[in-house]
Amino acid sequence: MALLLLLALAGIAVDAASREAYEWSAYWKYLFDGRVIKASIVTLELTLLSMLFAIILGVALGVMRRTDNPIFKNFAWLFIWIFRGTPVYVQLVFWGLFSTIYKEMFIGIPWVSIGDFQFGVHFTLSQTASLFWIAVLGLTLNEAAYMAEIVRGGLLAVDSGQEEAAKSIGMSNWQTMRHIVIPQAMRVIIPPTGNEVISMLKTTSLVTAVPLVTDLYARTRDIANETYNPIPLLLVACSWYLFYTTILMIAQYFLEKRFGRGFNRNAVISA
Amino acid sequence: MTTLMVDAQEITKSYGSHKVLKGVSLSVEPGGVACIIGPSGSGKSTFLRCINHLEKIDGGRIFVDGKIIGYREAHGKLYELRESEADVQRRDIGMVFQRFNLFPHMTALQNVIAGLIHVQKIERKQAEAEGQELLERVGLGNKSSHFPSQLSGGQQQRVAIARALAMKPKLMLFDEPTSALDPELVGDVLQVMKDLAATGMTMIVVTHEMGFAREVADSIFFMDEGMVVESGSPEQVLGNPQEVRTREFLSKVL
Repeated sequence: MALLLLLALAGIAVDAASREAYEWSAYWKYLFDGRVIKASIVTLELTLLSMLFAIILGVALGVMRRTDNPIFKNFAWLFIWIFRGTPVYVQLVFWGLFSTIYKEMFIGIPWVSIGDFQFGVHFTLSQTASLFWIAVLGLTLNEAAYMAEIVRGGLLAVDSGQEEAAKSIGMSNWQTMRHIVIPQAMRVIIPPTGNEVISMLKTTSLVTAVPLVTDLYARTRDIANETYNPIPLLLVACSWYLFYTTILMIAQYFLEKRFGRGFNRNAVISA
Repeated sequence: MTTLMVDAQEITKSYGSHKVLKGVSLSVEPGGVACIIGPSGSGKSTFLRCINHLEKIDGGRIFVDGKIIGYREAHGKLYELRESEADVQRRDIGMVFQRFNLFPHMTALQNVIAGLIHVQKIERKQAEAEGQELLERVGLGNKSSHFPSQLSGGQQQRVAIARALAMKPKLMLFDEPTSALDPELVGDVLQVMKDLAATGMTMIVVTHEMGFAREVADSIFFMDEGMVVESGSPEQVLGNPQEVRTREFLSKVL
């Protein structure tokens, strides 16, 4: 069976190498094209920034859901309900239109002014909000809902006896979280978070909904539209996505190892 | 008269409508060892956890070394301490749990010195020296770099005792420290506890080990259904129990 599978794969590879539609010459020509490399970096930036903000927001929401405060709890629930319950593509379209819904934004104390002076700052949205940051915002809010659930699950996985033991040696709530609960929760949080990062890298291809067109997929599509050869450029895009996901998988492996300390059942037991 | 190390007066506590503690009083002199025995569900563990305010009490007062635990008394009323104030009180009270509750992501030595480093802010090098000394005292000097998962239950419990001792507590609380252990591992843990008692540490031990209670305890408290049914010296309570319930319980465990 395994041999058959191997033969079939070899057959597909040989066939693909000679098939004209793939235009391998064009593939190699555009693989390291300056525009493609630049676009792949935009994709990476979108991924890392959105994940960073989503993790921060997700931790806050995850901890909020665990508190006894009903306002915090319900806010977090509502946030997760909305952002996990609607498609990310639709959310991105919505945020793209945000500046046409709200032309101006005011951050400060409303309805209070001395003469012309107001306590706060006015933004004109169409000027300040670049499409890149709208895309980051859209991806962040969607992802934070998933991260919140992952963080909550991680915190729940830590035995309550751990908290008691930490308290019994005089640790404060914050120290208990910081030194005892979170490091153990990380073991549970990291594998799914790694998946989320990889998933996010691919989800960035939807930012065309904003519409942001500087990311990897949109850029290769634009080049293909000029040169009428979509297939080699799709392969170029896939190659870059694969390259980055591979790096992320390697990073995930080392992180899991780091936070798995003390949980390895196969470790040597000496007398 | 010297101040009692522990003086619990009429402690009451309920979970919802279920009364777990119905006016429990217990006192221990400095350097004394008190054992609490009784059937499961009698409120022994809950009472022990009240002493370092892991559980809130509904009524009564607990004094440790003359200071009221978990509350501040002003104008005849009790006000609950802020979390941070309760944290400070817990530093003087060591606790050992039935299920050890070692920190699994830290080595034995890191477990022992976690409180020294994060709570007492002692320099790492000095903390490690103190921690190593404590591990040797519980007979585990060669296990300092082992993770809890690499140690037997009895070894884990001894690390847990060392961790509690690292904070130099005035009082040690033991919540059924040998109940989760295989029978052949119980002896080592009890030996460490006997040694500790011999150094003059004040201890309250919830236990089913009647042999230990008879040998080490200065006083024994038999609890049932949220009350202290009978208390006194081991000879009195174990040797010549006055209450029917005490006799029934002892006939089952001895």
